[in-house]
This record gives sequence, C-alpha cells and structure tokens, in this order.
Amino acid sequence: MADKKLTVARTGNEAMAEAMRQINPDVVAAYPITPATEIAQIFAGFVADGLVDTEFVTVESEHSAMSATIGAAAAGGRCMTATSSQGLMLMAEMLPIASALRLPIVMPEVNRTISAPINIHCDHSDTMFVRDSGWMQVYCEDAQEAYDSVLMGIKIAEKVRLPMIVSTDGFIISHCMANMDLIDDRDVKDYIGKYKPQTWLLNPEKKITIGCLDLQDYYFEHKMVAIDAMRNAKSVIKECCEEFGEKFGRKYGFFDTYKMEDAEVAILAMGSLAGTAKVVVDNMRKTGRKAGLIKMRVFRPFPADELARAVSGLKALAIMDRSDAMSGLEGPLAVETKAALYDSAGKPKIHSYVYGLGGRDVQISEIENVYKDICDFAQAKKKFGENVTYLGVRE
Amino acid sequence: MATLKELAKKPKFFTNGHRGCAGCGAAIVARQVMMATEGNVVVANATGCLEVFSTIFPYTSWNVPFIHSAFENAAATISGVESCYLALKKQKKIDKNLKFIAFGGDGGTYDIGLQSLSGAMERGHDILYVCYDNGAYMNTGIQRSSATPKGANTTTAPAGKVEQGKTQKKKDLTAVLIAHHVPYVAQAVVGDWTDLTKKVEKALSITGPKFINVFQPCRLGWGYDPSKTVEVGRLAKETCFWPSYEVEKGKYRLNYDPKDKKKPVTEFLKPQARFKHLFKKENESLLKEIQQDVDDAWQNLLKMCKCTNE
Repeated sequence: MADKKLTVARTGNEAMAEAMRQINPDVVAAYPITPATEIAQIFAGFVADGLVDTEFVTVESEHSAMSATIGAAAAGGRCMTATSSQGLMLMAEMLPIASALRLPIVMPEVNRTISAPINIHCDHSDTMFVRDSGWMQVYCEDAQEAYDSVLMGIKIAEKVRLPMIVSTDGFIISHCMANMDLIDDRDVKDYIGKYKPQTWLLNPEKKITIGCLDLQDYYFEHKMVAIDAMRNAKSVIKECCEEFGEKFGRKYGFFDTYKMEDAEVAILAMGSLAGTAKVVVDNMRKTGRKAGLIKMRVFRPFPADELARAVSGLKALAIMDRSDAMSGLEGPLAVETKAALYDSAGKPKIHSYVYGLGGRDVQISEIENVYKDICDFAQAKKKFGENVTYLGVRE
Repeated sequence: MATLKELAKKPKFFTNGHRGCAGCGAAIVARQVMMATEGNVVVANATGCLEVFSTIFPYTSWNVPFIHSAFENAAATISGVESCYLALKKQKKIDKNLKFIAFGGDGGTYDIGLQSLSGAMERGHDILYVCYDNGAYMNTGIQRSSATPKGANTTTAPAGKVEQGKTQKKKDLTAVLIAHHVPYVAQAVVGDWTDLTKKVEKALSITGPKFINVFQPCRLGWGYDPSKTVEVGRLAKETCFWPSYEVEKGKYRLNYDPKDKKKPVTEFLKPQARFKHLFKKENESLLKEIQQDVDDAWQNLLKMCKCTNE
C-alpha cells in the first residue's frame, strides 16, 4: 500500500475535506463558519459531482448540525460534520449527548478563538471550552497530520464508540498550502472498512428507545460506561496509530517528540507552534543548549502516564497554551500536565506560557527566548514572578 | 379511514403503563397519532412531558424505534434520522419503507425549537412533525410560552393584583408553518379522534414535510377535572378558539364549521382555573377582547378557506 505515493499540495481544509471524500460518510450535516466553512463547501462540491454517496444536510445552525448528525449516527450511519469557534460553542449542548450515546462521529474542527471580542483567528479556546464533553480530541500540526488523523479517527472512534474532534490551527494550517501525501482511495476504503454499528435505531430486527429519562437509580452506571470507554480509549489509539504507521509509513502517537533523547529542557506545545518550535530546537542545539520538543496530539483522553514518562529526566519544561481557561490558574494544558505529574518522582521544573490568543503571531525569536528562559530557570539563574507568562501581549 | 373498531384492534405502538397524569392530553395525542400509523414509523421526541413520562428507564411506552436527544432539536434530529434512512436505503442496508414522526410540546416547538423546525421544513425532509400544544411549559411547572393564550394564569405570568395573566396574544404557529409552503399543515384538537386520525393518515400519505398542531388540554396546567380532557378539547373547537382546519398545497379547508352554533369563548374558558380571574367583574373588558380576537381570527380563516379555493 505505502509505495503508492501521491504527493499533492493541499491546505488543511482541503486535506480534511479530501479525507471526508474518501471516507464517503452516509450523512454529513454542516453549517458554514469561518475558518472551517471550506471543509463543508469543498465537500458540497464532491456531493454535486457525484463523487460521494453522502446525504448532505445543509442545516440552519450548528446546533442542528450536531443534532442531525447525532440522529443520523444513532440511526446507524457513519456520519460527520465540521465546525469552528462559535459553531462549536453552539453545538456544546449536544456534544456530551453524542458521547454518552456512544456515537462515533468524527468532526474536523478548525481552531478559532471565541467571542468576545469577535475574532476569526486562531487559538485553542474553542476546543478547550468543550474539552470535558466526552469527545476525544486530536490537535494537528499540519495538513498531512490532519488528513491522517481524520482517517485514523474513523477507525478509533468506531472501535472506542466515542466521538472525536480533529482540529487544525485556523488560517495557519486551515488556509495554508503544504505538500502532503494522499492515500489511494481504495486503500482508504480497505483501511476504514465497513461500518457495523452495535445498536442502531433503524435496525429492522430490534426496536429500541434511545435517549431515555435516566434517574438516580441508573444514570451513574450508564455514565460510567462512557467514562470507562474514554479511560480505555488510549489502548485503541495506540493500536490504531501503530497500524496506520505500518500500513502507510507515517507514525503517530499521543504526542510526537523532537530531539528529546538527550534533552534537558523542552517545550510542550500543540498544533502549528510545533513546527516553529522544531526550528528553534535546532537553533538552540547549535548554541549548545540541549533543547527538545513534545508535540501533544491527543488531548482527550489525556495521556498522563505517557507524558509523565516523556518529561521525566528533564530539568525544566515550558508548557505552551494557546488558550486561557480564565480559571485564575494557568492554561488548560499546563493545569492538566501538572496534575498528570503530581505523583511523578522525576518531574521537571515547570513554567507555563499563554501565547497567540486571537491569532497573535508567534515569532521564532519569542520561542527562542522561551527556551533561553527555561534553560536559565533549570539552572536556577532565573525566577519567574508567577507560574504563567503571557507571551507577546502588550502591557 | 380506519373505523374505531379497527383502530382498537391494532397493535399498540404507544403503549399504556406510562407515567402521564390522569387525564393527560399529550398521551392521547401520542396514542392516536401512533394508532393512525401502520407501525412502520420512527419517532423523535423533544424533551418535555411526553418524553419524560413515556421513557423512564428501564421502561418505554414506544413500541417503535424512538429517539430523544434534547429540547430544541426534535426536527433536526428526525432530519438526521431520515437522511440516514435515505443513505442506508440507497445502499440496500434497509429494505423496509419507513415514515418519520417528531413530537414536540409547544415549548419545544413554538419557542426553543422553532428554528430547528423551520430549517427542517424548508429543507423538505419527508417527515411529520406533531406539536402537542398545551399552551405552557407544563413539564417544568406551567411557565408561559409563546403559545400561552392571552389572559391565562401561568407561574411566570401570574394573575396578580396588577397583572391579569399573560398580556400578549398566542403566537399563530400554524400560520408560520403555512408560510413555509410545505405540502400539508393542519390544526386538530384532543377530543376529535376521527379528525386527528384522518389528518395523520393523510399527512403520512404525502411525501415531504408535514405539520399538525394538536391543541391539547392539560388538566394540571389548565386546572380542570381530569375526566374533562376530551370535553375541554372539544370546547376549544366548538368556540372556534382552536379551529380545526387543514392546508393542503396552499388550499385551506375547514374541518369543523359550527355555522350558527358557534359557542361563546367563555364556555371554553370557564371550566379552566387558569382563566378564573377573567370572570371577575373588573375583567369583563378582557373577556370581550378575547372573544373579539377569536372572532377576528375565525373570520380571517373563513376568508382564507374561500379565497384559496376560488
């Protein structure tokens, strides 16, 4: 399979739409929102040209997009939608319903900040807002990863029976063209296989009631099944990533590491910042600093043990959050990483940064300063006044 | 149309044993609508009384595939189910012919679910949406909705020393649906089973989006004896407070015309505790106003029946 290499230039949105074409879902229900609009728009072109068999439902809101997708997935189909920012927020009510109903919906998402003030550019506030909705979450660095993750997502979601968000950084990835390798249509078809739902509304053999009123006597047990599914999802993700790597030659995990073998200081980041940070790691290495990078891909389920192992032995770690949960603490990645390391013996010193809100550009020089600062922090040459630094914000 | 005897012999697609109040009109709507089908239907339900009292785990009153997900989205949910049916049918994964019915109360239909309903109707899904309109948020404890009639006492627009219940008119949702130019829109009442059965049968024989607005007495929220549900429903029709009519491909048809036996609206209002304060001497003008509103709407409906059939 892997030797059929089809190298193309695609934007993040084109790559995710292409994955959707190859998946050929039974139903796609979607609503336009910048910067994710193109995904549904490109897909509509596939529908119009007869390239997919999908029933495409042009709903009147994202709430209905998710509601129709839930209805269709519960009915027994392989179903998808796509959104961003305010759209995701409007879907928010329906997201835990999709996960509790154990519907393996895969949703390409484009990270855009949330209002107010209204702003269409990238940060991770939108998906972080719904991080506790029972959806698996994968953050992608580039178009290739987004494409691969959507395909893998189908397999993972259907095995785990939980929905998944696969996101790219708005405009930075969604609208920028990059070289990537496509997988042959037939190979995708073989890889994802046919969808066989366990229970489905339209099953003529068995009439079922979905969405019962579930009171004090049963709710907890039913919720527990979904909680367990998320806890067990890690093993499925691991297996699926390994299988994908063997089949198609691109290896993914809960996170990817760059020059971590002998690293003394590292950055933990998500999404497109990883690309910038890799350049900086190389620059740092030239100046004798043993710098490394951990690019977090899977945020839900949170790979706590794996992350604790990956950072053990580091002298200092900088955690980069592209959102602030307004918790009065730090960004969500920092808070959760710290929680993950609580029981870890070899945990590094940690300082966290919130950067790039509302699409504020991040320069190489700024990331170089982050590395330099945590090098000094590691050697106790620098103290931070607070646990978190807001990077690139004017005072 | 099936006779009452035939209907009674049919399998129960909405079964007894649910937890509706004694005299619950919503259960009558569900029962009669389901009776009018052949059982080859899939049901979606908005959050509300009907969903709550008919699906308490581990029990269900639904002897057909049933889905509930949230309050404002029964129409969007059934859109998704119907779309999936089309997709699976195309792939020959299903060979049966299925019909799709969504139920929502007035809160889930007139108010919070209006956008979802409008979207589904505009997109042309082959679905029947049945609103059971009891004129308030009964499930949460009788709060006013846009379907609450003028003057009604509710917990969020109570009749007090200064206010006399809801000050605004009831929204004419049926007209809103007619304006969507869907193939079939109708109004019916609890208490006229032949009329409702006919309408459901007709609606299900038509391809495309259909809407039936069933006026449903609620003994708890309206405050009358549980044995009077059917009677109160009929009074709504006989006073023309809730005319029974249908609009098929734009043509209006009256299904009940009292002619010179049109009862005064007070006959409908009087048995209900929610209108009790209107019968105080000082509220006479309000009663007159309500009668005038009913008369105006009735005249308008007669005009529409005439002019769309000329």
